[in-house]
Amino acid sequence: MADVALAPSPAPDAPRTRSADLIARSLSRRRRAEVRFRAYGLAAVIAAIAFVVFLFWTILQSGLPAFFQAAMTVEVTLDPAVIDVGPRPVRADFPNEAAFAAADLAWQTALAGKNFGSLIERAVNAVLATPASSRDIRAIYASNERFRLRDMVAADPGLIGRTIPFTLVASADVDVWFKGNIDRSLPENQQQLTLAQQQITDAMIADGTMKSVFASWIFTNVDSRSSPATAGLAGAFMGSLFMMLVVIALSVPIGVAGAIYLEEFAPKNRITDLIEVNINNLAAVPSIVFGLLGAAVFINAMHLPLSAPIVGGLVLSLMTLPTIIIATRGVLRAVPPSIREAATGLGASRVQVVFHHVLPLVIPGILTATIIGVAQALGETAPLLLVGMSAFVANIPTGLFDQSTALPVQLFLWQGNENRNFFEPRTSAAIIVLLGLMILLNALAIFLRQRFQTRW
Amino acid sequence: MDQPASPPTKMGVSVTSRATEGSAAAAPVKVSAQNVDVFYGEKHAIKGVSINIPERSVTAFIGPSGCGKSTFLRCINRMNDLIEGCRVTGRILLDDDDINDRSVDVVLLRARVGMVFQKPNPFPKSIYDNVAYGPKIHGLARTRAEMDAIVEQSLRKAALWDEVKDRLKEPGTGLSGGQQQRLCIARAIAVSPEVILMDEPCSALDPIATARIEELIDELRQNYTIIIVTHSMQQAARVSQQTAFFHLGNLVETGSTEFMFTNPHDQRTQDYITGRFG
Ligand SMILES: Nc1ncnc2c1ncn2[C@@H]1O[C@H](COP(=O)(O)OP(=O)(O)OP(=O)(O)O)[C@@H](O)[C@H]1O
Ligand SMILES: [Mg+2]
Repeated sequence: MADVALAPSPAPDAPRTRSADLIARSLSRRRRAEVRFRAYGLAAVIAAIAFVVFLFWTILQSGLPAFFQAAMTVEVTLDPAVIDVGPRPVRADFPNEAAFAAADLAWQTALAGKNFGSLIERAVNAVLATPASSRDIRAIYASNERFRLRDMVAADPGLIGRTIPFTLVASADVDVWFKGNIDRSLPENQQQLTLAQQQITDAMIADGTMKSVFASWIFTNVDSRSSPATAGLAGAFMGSLFMMLVVIALSVPIGVAGAIYLEEFAPKNRITDLIEVNINNLAAVPSIVFGLLGAAVFINAMHLPLSAPIVGGLVLSLMTLPTIIIATRGVLRAVPPSIREAATGLGASRVQVVFHHVLPLVIPGILTATIIGVAQALGETAPLLLVGMSAFVANIPTGLFDQSTALPVQLFLWQGNENRNFFEPRTSAAIIVLLGLMILLNALAIFLRQRFQTRW
Repeated sequence: MDQPASPPTKMGVSVTSRATEGSAAAAPVKVSAQNVDVFYGEKHAIKGVSINIPERSVTAFIGPSGCGKSTFLRCINRMNDLIEGCRVTGRILLDDDDINDRSVDVVLLRARVGMVFQKPNPFPKSIYDNVAYGPKIHGLARTRAEMDAIVEQSLRKAALWDEVKDRLKEPGTGLSGGQQQRLCIARAIAVSPEVILMDEPCSALDPIATARIEELIDELRQNYTIIIVTHSMQQAARVSQQTAFFHLGNLVETGSTEFMFTNPHDQRTQDYITGRFG
């Protein structure tokens, strides 16, 4: 460039051709820059897509098989000699509700004390060529199945005395063996199943008694330590759901109202500047710090129950608030001032301007911000660990104050389980559920945005 | 830049404001500004402007770009309140009431003094809702039929009714630029203001739409007091009865349009009108 400018003085008609020359030369340079830039962009996008595909592929590959588990269908004879505890009490025979309740409870306790395991043992032995020991049989199926059989009988005492087909979920170790997730050539002392148990399993696979079935209990059961094969996500799912409700109920109205106030009504001065800086800083605070805050304030100071969705939800709301406020202020600022001027010029008050004209325009943006914030909160683990939501909970929570856990925390717990061969695919399955939920939320965000979009 | 400071005029007088001369002097004063100064932070945008705007007539504000026409216009319905760091001093009287007085409700003021902006800015709502919005918030119509009547009347006055009567439910933003501007005028007159401020209402319009709006302004003059900012000398000459010439924040000269265009007192006015600067 510089040497061209210093070149000997041009002929009279030269300037035009020379500048055209210069432009032509710079054109090819500019075009090269453009091509380069596009190549970088394309490479970045391809790399990103490749990572996402890889991620989904690995998760689906390892997680999908976990939705199917080994189970064996056997004919269980509900022998009255073993489990009969007489007819279930009926309300009409008792003078009052309390007496009936006591009798019914006694009946249930009596039933619970019966040996359902021996019924299952008989049924399993019936399909085996050579009878197995009760220890081996108990190792084959998930221990929870005994209670499931008992509950079936309690719900319908008429079954007593009949023979019913019953699908036993195989134990976690058998499932691992069934799926070949463990090296069969390892010596017996390094296997989870004894030689005898391996033989029983193989025999059942060979004669078709043991099959792969869809593990619907992943969605309906709660976590279980004693019976990992029938452990499910229902408790964690409900816990997450309750927390999301708390987050939506608290952070959306407070965040949106706060953003509207700060953006539209608050005077611009030192104090509001300070508030703005602080909100921006809050958005950058590591989430675990919110967990510490929650533990100190909600649990130690306010004595809210440990491990409850209300506390987890409060902590996540604190975390989501800055995100929602910042995003809402962003969309409010993007509303063209001409709309505000038009309404103000007609004599609309400030509140009318905001609620009649500005808000309808920004609702899609607010929805998107909200759902992204909520999705973020849904996937958050660290702060929940600090308010006790990693505790083992064996019941599905029914309210905000019940003990519960959360989906990402459940993931974390399963990933840390010592039975890795069984729980690694299980973790991936849980990730699939979590991702599915997130994708659903995002789809909802997109749908709502399209729905409320104002044609401009 | 050709004429920096204010030199003595041909007639040897140099005043910032001149009493009205000629025909319009008889009409009662609707808006009266007395020593109005406007500051945007440190910037002194309007410097001691005093002017009387007569009722039921058209007053044109002319002057080079950046001289403060819009700023002054926006003072009259206090739109400058919306601007961060804008400060207005002096008195502006609407029918003898100071509009900056604490007791004045700015909502009522803006209902009495309507505004049409330089850029058409219909709401992203239906044509009907655009016009009905003002009457709705002020409670001017008690029934649906009354509202329909107001909308129709306003659109008729703005010479838009025939073009949109079959598509009142369609978005106002789907109209052409000129139609949008007339929609904004209809929206402004639907509230029945006493004064209408128009900031370069024709700057984005083709000659035909411009002519229609000028016709409209001429009609509206029967019932409303109109103040119009324009960069077109011809337009000022065609539609206005009074003209005020602004320069660098000063009101240089004001008087009847006829008089201003044929016999301006100030050298700067003459230069501007004849196209020598601006
Ligand atoms: N919001 C604002 N903040 C700061 N200065 C402003 C603002 N609005 C206008 N000004 C300044 O005030 C002066 C007058 O502006 P104004 O918009 O009134 O000019 P105008 O006469 O309407 O010009 P135009 O004919 O180009 O519309 C200008 O120098 C402008 O830079
Ligand atoms: Mg202007």
